Amino acid sequence: MSQPAISVHGLSKLYRLGELGTGSFAHDLNRWWHRVRGREDPYSLIGKVNDRSSRGNSDYVWALQDLDFEVPQGRVFGIIGNNGAGKSTLLKILSRVTAPTRGEVRVRGRLASLLEVGTGFHPELTGRENLFLNGAILGMRRREIASKLDEIVEFSGVGAYLDTPVKRYSSGMYVRLAFAVAAHLEPEILVVDEVLAVGDVEFQKRCLGKMQNVAGSGRTVLFVSHNLAALRTLCQDGMVLRHGRMMGSGEINAMVDLYLQTSRQSLPEVRWDNPASAPGDDLLRLRAVRVVNAQEPSAVVRIDQALHLEVEYDLLAAHPHISSSIHVLTQGSCAFVAGSTPKPLEPGRYLHRYVIPAHLLNACHYSINIFLIASATQFRVIQREVLDFEATEPARQSDYQGGIIGAVRPAIDCEHHPITPTH
Amino acid sequence: MSIPPATPAPQSPEEGGWDLTIRPTSGWFELHLRDVWRYRDLLWMFVHRDFVAVYKQTILGPIWFFIQPLLTTLMFTVVFSGIAKVPTEGLPPLLFYLAGTTPWNYFATCLTKTSTTFKDNANLFGKVYFPRLITPMSIVISTLVQFVIQLLTFALAIGWYLSKGEALHPQWLMLPLGAPLLLLMLGSLGLGMGLMVSSLTTKYRDLAFLVQFAVQLAMYATPVVYPLSMVPDKYRFWIELNPMTGIIETFRWLHLGTGAFNAHALGWSVCCTMGILLLGVMIFSRVEKSFMDHI
Repeated sequence: MSQPAISVHGLSKLYRLGELGTGSFAHDLNRWWHRVRGREDPYSLIGKVNDRSSRGNSDYVWALQDLDFEVPQGRVFGIIGNNGAGKSTLLKILSRVTAPTRGEVRVRGRLASLLEVGTGFHPELTGRENLFLNGAILGMRRREIASKLDEIVEFSGVGAYLDTPVKRYSSGMYVRLAFAVAAHLEPEILVVDEVLAVGDVEFQKRCLGKMQNVAGSGRTVLFVSHNLAALRTLCQDGMVLRHGRMMGSGEINAMVDLYLQTSRQSLPEVRWDNPASAPGDDLLRLRAVRVVNAQEPSAVVRIDQALHLEVEYDLLAAHPHISSSIHVLTQGSCAFVAGSTPKPLEPGRYLHRYVIPAHLLNACHYSINIFLIASATQFRVIQREVLDFEATEPARQSDYQGGIIGAVRPAIDCEHHPITPTH
Repeated sequence: MSIPPATPAPQSPEEGGWDLTIRPTSGWFELHLRDVWRYRDLLWMFVHRDFVAVYKQTILGPIWFFIQPLLTTLMFTVVFSGIAKVPTEGLPPLLFYLAGTTPWNYFATCLTKTSTTFKDNANLFGKVYFPRLITPMSIVISTLVQFVIQLLTFALAIGWYLSKGEALHPQWLMLPLGAPLLLLMLGSLGLGMGLMVSSLTTKYRDLAFLVQFAVQLAMYATPVVYPLSMVPDKYRFWIELNPMTGIIETFRWLHLGTGAFNAHALGWSVCCTMGILLLGVMIFSRVEKSFMDHI
């Protein structure tokens, strides 16, 4: 085996929960004043404890614990894990956005990370200006960008609008331009989050191709994805994370199988009772998602009955375009997508109920991605595989009782017309 | 909760050849200034972005830089000179106040704008690494646009009074050397204090409002609307302790020739500025590594 490009030793990250503070001096003062008078904390949260904080009954949670692994040079290395498994924390440490609590990471060569495309894009600047700005944020020198400018522009396919402010771009053009810069970074090590989930199919293919080129030229790629099919195709090695610990590392197909075996959990409902730790930001907070079958939350549903996927969220400020979207996934790929119409909304709690008709799903295991979106392009909340459920079928009126393949099994009529008389 | 130390990393025989090591904490003197130098292109990109963003969005932006100090100065002229009869060392009041507000505004703007660095850039800082120091440094540089506009206003006023035969004595010889030095000090002092505030307010964001208020008050603790020469002895020590005092007084002497050049006062300002800047950068570097966990 060649020299490792990344060597991780004893890497751990501790997050402190609970006493995160209210972020405001006035609130903390008020809290202190209540405590002095023996009153209840006015900001404490009543209700069920967050799933994550209850684990271990402590104010601390190990987002990552004692990771030891090496990424060989020139390989595509996949990181697989559920939500909350510690993937994002690992990426943040590798990208130097946050520091580990202990342990260390050693890196050979220039490391660039893409946790998002188009970081730092400014709407008032033209496409060309943003190319330079974004390139510089990602660590490129000005002349380096200038020398690759033609190539980048050609890759993005937005050459005609290069001197137009990006605020007038369509979201697709925006993403193309942003990815084009990232694709031409040419670091020795590239850390990629699921940025490939955006853009049209043709563009996705080019991105995947670009990544394979990067790997083919002796450089190393770290790839985090929920797209198990993409992981199997692109990566050679990988590791599985679960609750901050490494479940295993090795050849990618073995790792995907290991992940599939260990990740089935089937909860009908996930709630975030603590608004501070609910996924989201200062605009949108996801509060609950659930699968409802016949008026009851249920992780097991019948394919011959309609099914509700409910998304509850808080909107913290009035906004003209709020929408949500869901991906329904099975066997590591997306079966279908649904979205709500963007609406202008006042602050408050909202429920989006996706009604999935009877006779659409196949009898298999599905999981759900949830997105809360502001202004059509800002994915404020991204929760992947946040819950999953098992679709079952009633006793079948057929001679064939074996498995039926397909991501969906819509009720499709077959009309029967004899063409030639047989008598 | 105590954190047990990790076992030391195995020392492989082919040790070395690592380009980057990511570790938990850094010492107080790991300032990563070499990184800042490596990212210098980004500094100019940010300056360019701020410039374009301001000028594309408003036509009033640059005019405001011109009107705001002029109105303030007129107000001072009426209140402090006209009503309160605060002496202006024999200078036309308008010139005297302009010579104070021009450098003060640059310092105050640098301070207040850099003091919200972490809050304003949380999104960007959460997605990609670059030396965080680049952001406040770019603010200090883009604020120069405002300073230059105000300096031109001041220069026009000097020209106008000179043509009217007013007895002004700009230190023509010292100006080309002195003015840039003073400007550097103003920027560094504003940056240093802004860095401290931004680092200390990552936990309590509403303290940022206090900064606005404190800066307004601090102006009265600095000889902006009054000359140092009229400060009574019992307050004088405190006013002279203020590092801005030496800078403003020197600025006024340099452009208008009032009073005498006080090398001690300026020396004190230089030492304070360097100390505050160093301390600011040190605190900032400490905080930048962990602040993403607190928001």
